[in-house]
This record gives sequence, structure tokens and C-alpha cells, in this order.
Amino acid sequence: MNWNDLWIPALWFALLGLVFGLLLAIAARVFAVRTDPRVPAVRDALPGANCGGCGYSGCDAYAEAVVRGEAAPNCCTAGGPETAAAVAAVMGVDAGQAIRMRAVVLCSGSGTRAVRKYRYEGAQDCLSASRLSGGDKLCPNGCVGLGTCVAACRFDAITVRDGVAEVDPSRCTGCGACAAACPKHIIRILPADAPYVVACSSVDNGKVTRSYCAVGCISCRLCEKNCGAGAIRVNDFVASIDYALCVRCGKCASVCPRHIIRTDRIGEPVTVPASAQEPEDRFPEA
Amino acid sequence: MAEIFALMLSAILIENFIFSRFYGCCPFLGVSEKPATAMGMGFAVVFVMTLSSALTYAIYYLILEPFGLTYLKTIAFILAIAALVQFIEMFLRRFLPALHGALGIYLPLITTNCAVLGAALLNIQEGYDFVKSVVFGCSAGLGFTLAIVIFAGVRQKMAFCDPPRAFRGFPLILLAAGLSAMAFAGFSGLRIA
Repeated sequence: MNWNDLWIPALWFALLGLVFGLLLAIAARVFAVRTDPRVPAVRDALPGANCGGCGYSGCDAYAEAVVRGEAAPNCCTAGGPETAAAVAAVMGVDAGQAIRMRAVVLCSGSGTRAVRKYRYEGAQDCLSASRLSGGDKLCPNGCVGLGTCVAACRFDAITVRDGVAEVDPSRCTGCGACAAACPKHIIRILPADAPYVVACSSVDNGKVTRSYCAVGCISCRLCEKNCGAGAIRVNDFVASIDYALCVRCGKCASVCPRHIIRTDRIGEPVTVPASAQEPEDRFPEA
Repeated sequence: MAEIFALMLSAILIENFIFSRFYGCCPFLGVSEKPATAMGMGFAVVFVMTLSSALTYAIYYLILEPFGLTYLKTIAFILAIAALVQFIEMFLRRFLPALHGALGIYLPLITTNCAVLGAALLNIQEGYDFVKSVVFGCSAGLGFTLAIVIFAGVRQKMAFCDPPRAFRGFPLILLAAGLSAMAFAGFSGLRIA
């Protein structure tokens, strides 16, 4: 056996490795870029979902903006108050108030409750469907139910059940990606502690709403009249709650004849009262 | 000059790295969702392939060949390319932050890319001189860019179709890649005098 065949390659490769290693070590020193040590510290305090809820392109961009002083430490909607406190601790400033938010789909027209005007067979995307005369539901502000919000959600918080998207409040971080993606603009970002939501976006009058949905808001104003705190107003034929005034008494939910003022959707099917007639399906499934 | 031109045309179209040699398929499938990112990846590959062709040429003819170590060229090239990519990344971050911002996230992905290594090994196998090696590396990278950008366009169209469940995702992407490769096979009839 010729020992030269062993030690010559070994020597050369050790030398190559050494040269490359030294070169990189020197380069790391020479080309070192001074970065603020607070940037990685802030970055580590963030959830790292890169959801864009803060208005920056991702967690890295937001961390840099915080350190530059451009952004407040409490802009991370995904992280909520804990993250705001951690970021503020790194920066040595007051966290301010970070209100945890969550997304709510303001539509209850699932299944046969909403009348459909045609059967949609095409790209499984809400935007494509809504281009065809506003989607298959007769209601112009109903959930299309093809899951564009589901695809936009980075936290797997949304599911489409029976034609209407539902947000799981335990997973939702309130980043707003779904609200931005929804072609119907019926996903709202509300305070996470808001107990009652009006799950309808119909802005047609009661008669018209009745004609296409068994549960849509008919602007009867019962909630508005019964609200002791004056937190509910019916504008544009749909009720809306001012959460700054809401005292969470729940009276609105109990008086709503359409049962669309609710606490939470998850696992709680809307019970349509016997008095509310199911609207006639104009295009029954063949 | 005509020879250089023929080499470029051959590397870009006829012997396209992705569609006829099947090198670099993982970034081709992984980073081809949007034309913009595909373009970024493509130019990062052009950049690294050009420089690595020059470096590996020097290593092969100055170190490996004189000492009879040519059988170790694969491992030597992997070492050299990895070090080169690291070095380029540091250099860009310091002196060309704009370029680093555009290519930065793609550079580490290319460190162990088979297309880059393939270009280096093909240069040796074909016996190209220094100029031809660099030209081949650059145009192979351009061919890669062409393929990945075209395919990103194809994938954008595919996002709007509603295929049967079994074909969703990668099965359809691979089928589309195969069809694109067949289209590129048309170039193999091209004859450069």
C-alpha cells in the first residue's frame, strides 16, 4: 500500500478546509455589519408567525421598526398583551394597552337558511364565485363559503361549516388576514372579550332580507330598544354593537327574534324558531 | 465567438438544466409559486453558478490535477461552493445591502444545490477552458431562471383550476413540469452550425 495515496489527499483537504475556514472567519470579522442587539431580542419575543397583522411584512420587519422607534411595542395582534409586555421590556418602555382581538364572520346564513340563486361549480375560491353576480347566495352580503379566509389564515383558526366560515376564538389571534382576504368584507376584527356579536351583514330592509334568509337581521330594533346601556344602534337595516358601551348583559341576545345576536358560534348551532319560516328554495338541488 | 454563442444557446435552451438534465429540481418545485420569488431564486443561481464555475476551475486545474487528486473533485467542489456561498453572503450584506435584500434568503438554499455542483462537474467533464466554464455556468443559470419563471407562470394559472382531489398539489405540479419539459424537448432539434 502506497501511503502517499493517503496522506497527500488528506493533507490537501485539511489545507483547503483550513484556508476556507480562515477566510470565512476573517470575512465574518471584516464584513461584520453592526446590528442593534435589540433587534434579535425583540424578534425572539415575537410569535414568529409572520402574519402581517402589525402592518409590516413580517416579524423581522416589525422588530426592526420597533427598534428604530417607528412602531409601538404593542402592535403585534397575534401575540397580544404578553408579547407587548415582552417587547416593551426589551425596549425599556411602557407597553401601553394591547387589546386582544379576534375575527368574527358576520353571517349566519348556513345550509338551507340562505336562499341560493344558482349552483356554483367552478374555482373553489370566494373571489371567483363572487364575481358571478355576487356568489351563489341571493343575499348580497352573505358568506360565499368557499374558504378564501381559510386559506388566508396562518393559525388554522377558520373552518367552513355548512356554507359559512367559522372562526375558532381560541386559535384566532386577530391578525386580520382573513378580513383582508374576504371579498364580501363580512369578517370583522372585534375585541376578543366582546361577548355578543350581530352575526349578519345584510343591509337590505326587513322584507327583502326575509325573502332570502331565514335568520338575517330584519332591523326590527328590538335589541336597540331593550339595550339598557344604549350600546346597540340599527343603521342601514343592520344592528351593530358599540363595545365601548356594551355592559355584556345579554339582553339583546335574548330578545333577537332571528337569534343572530350570539355569544359564540363554535359548537352552538343557531336555533331557528318555529315561527320563522324557512324561505322557499328557488333552485332546489336536483 | 460563434462557439461561445453556441455554448450559451445550448446551455439555456437545448440542454436546459431543469427540463433536459433534471438538475436543481428541488428549488424548481419549491420556489416556483410566484414569478417574483422565482425570479429572485433564478438570479441568485446565475450569480452563484458563474462565480462557482470560476472558483472550481481554479481548484481543479491548480490543486487537484497537479497532485493527481481528480477523483476527489466532487467533495472538493462541495466544500468550495459552500464556502463561496457563505463568503458571498457576508460580502453582499456588508457592501451591497440592496442586492443582499433581493438575493439574501435564496443564497443559503443554493449552498448544496445540485445544479451548481452539476455545472462545476460538467465544466470539467466537457473539458471547457476558463472562459467557456464561466460562460457555461452563467448561461446554465440563465436557463434555470427561464425554466423556473415560466413554470411559476404555469403554477399561477393552475391555482385557479379545480382538479380532482387525488391530483391536487404536487401530483399536478409534477405533471405540469413534465409537460413543460416536453415542450422544451422541441429545442433538441435545434442545430447550431
